[in-house]
Amino acid sequence: MVEATNDFVQEKETIVIKGNVSAAYAAKSARVQVISAYPITPQTTVVEKLSEFVDNGLMPGTQYIKVESEHSVMASIIAASKAGTRTFTATAGQGLFYMFEMLHWASGSRLPIVTTIASRGAAPPWNIWADFTDVISCRDTGWMTAFCATHQEIYDEILMSYKICEDSDVLLPKFVAYGGFILSHTSKPVIIEDQDLVDSFLPPLPDEKGWPHIWFDPERPLMFGNLIMPSGFYYEFRMKIHDAMVRAKEKIKRVAKDFEKIFGRNYGNGLTQEYKMDGADVGMVIYGDLALQMEQAVDDLREEGYKVGMIKLRHLRPFPVEDIIEIAKKVPLLGVVDRATAFGSPTGGPVSCEVKTALHEVKGTARILPMINGLGGREVTLEQQKVQLKMLIKLNETGELPKDMLYGTLWDGLLEVK
Amino acid sequence: MSESEKWKKINKSKEERPKVQEYKNWKELPPIPISFPIEGNMGATGDWRTYRPVIDQENCNKCGFCWMYCPEGVIEKKEYGHFEINLLYCKGCGICAKECPTKNIEMVRESDIKDG
Repeated sequence: MVEATNDFVQEKETIVIKGNVSAAYAAKSARVQVISAYPITPQTTVVEKLSEFVDNGLMPGTQYIKVESEHSVMASIIAASKAGTRTFTATAGQGLFYMFEMLHWASGSRLPIVTTIASRGAAPPWNIWADFTDVISCRDTGWMTAFCATHQEIYDEILMSYKICEDSDVLLPKFVAYGGFILSHTSKPVIIEDQDLVDSFLPPLPDEKGWPHIWFDPERPLMFGNLIMPSGFYYEFRMKIHDAMVRAKEKIKRVAKDFEKIFGRNYGNGLTQEYKMDGADVGMVIYGDLALQMEQAVDDLREEGYKVGMIKLRHLRPFPVEDIIEIAKKVPLLGVVDRATAFGSPTGGPVSCEVKTALHEVKGTARILPMINGLGGREVTLEQQKVQLKMLIKLNETGELPKDMLYGTLWDGLLEVK
Repeated sequence: MSESEKWKKINKSKEERPKVQEYKNWKELPPIPISFPIEGNMGATGDWRTYRPVIDQENCNKCGFCWMYCPEGVIEKKEYGHFEINLLYCKGCGICAKECPTKNIEMVRESDIKDG
């Protein structure tokens, strides 16, 4: 444990930092008590920055653990969280896959762990660039999953996540994902908030008694993760995780509102964020870093007189079913852009499958055009996104599907070497 | 009943807490299953044993290695300093026999023990 070497207190300041550094600042602002770290590109600089903070005495009372693998990262974080501490780590791609077994242990133990994912492509072929297949592969682990589109959003979403996860009605771990390199290694101005303000926003750190539902106390020993026979309550405990996840939607909305009130930054209703959907003929459902550029594409086309809009999907889990239905009632056609794959699924893209499922059997909702874009960090240009929006308008007006569709999905931006 | 009220039911001091937690349906359940350690709460695991450790009490030097190494904590120190194995829960893993520095613990096949 490193003692505070100075009485530095974070005041509100705007600094130009990389996305990964923004994540590290968020962990510092949230006063996390235990950090467990193992390096993996493109996440490494998150834990490097945190180790610098700890070493410089800027995070007094924070324990920084170095372990030998991602599996041990999550194992140690679970133990720390069970003992009643606010915990943080970061990983990506292959490291997240190695962590996989422990992900279920965290959610099954209902621990409010926050982990950032600087998403990267799954190997092989070896790839370290933006692609959300890694985090979406963990979709069914009982972890909440949020996507960030900007450097500021990484900082903000991590703060919101602690408030959501530690709520007594939620108690689930959460991923905060953002595109590797596109956000993690580029620099933008980020507002680091005043420490007192952050402290007033977040729930108090757990005291020595730990979380009320799980504790570590030699005087009152307790067994958890115990065996339950098929006739016991195993089935019911799994159901409770689903119940908590669905109920978390209300909490996410409330926290987004609180956040706006205190810090003045708006993230829609927390689950989704509409952009220029009023009077739109077609809309685009999109998540992660691609969403930021899509805003520009929508702006440009609106100036040219096209009625287009977009919806930034902020949470994949819990999935905002009601919001998607509401939006799909406003427009006749929605494009859904995935920067991830779900091989062999109905559409090939994980989020387009979710959107289609949400709209199934709801009358009068939009037709869906599934799209896949920018896998493995492939550059998606503003021009390309404008063409996609225009293509949606054309499809809506004439019913003419774009060429080169594969099983009903548009794989946009495939290489063609001339 | 709110989630935090449910915890209050279990988050009690050793003296206060009930021996058995009873829940009727999933809505009543706390967020996670926990159990308070009591002897034999997984049943008589001695049933699983194929080999039984038998201590040669006459030659035992009472060093306590078997007691220290037993992963199940079923070896008890008795009043004259000797050790006895609780066969109701001993699974017969053989770690005590392996670690005994004087080789005074023998693993005997259960079917070869006449008195059962």
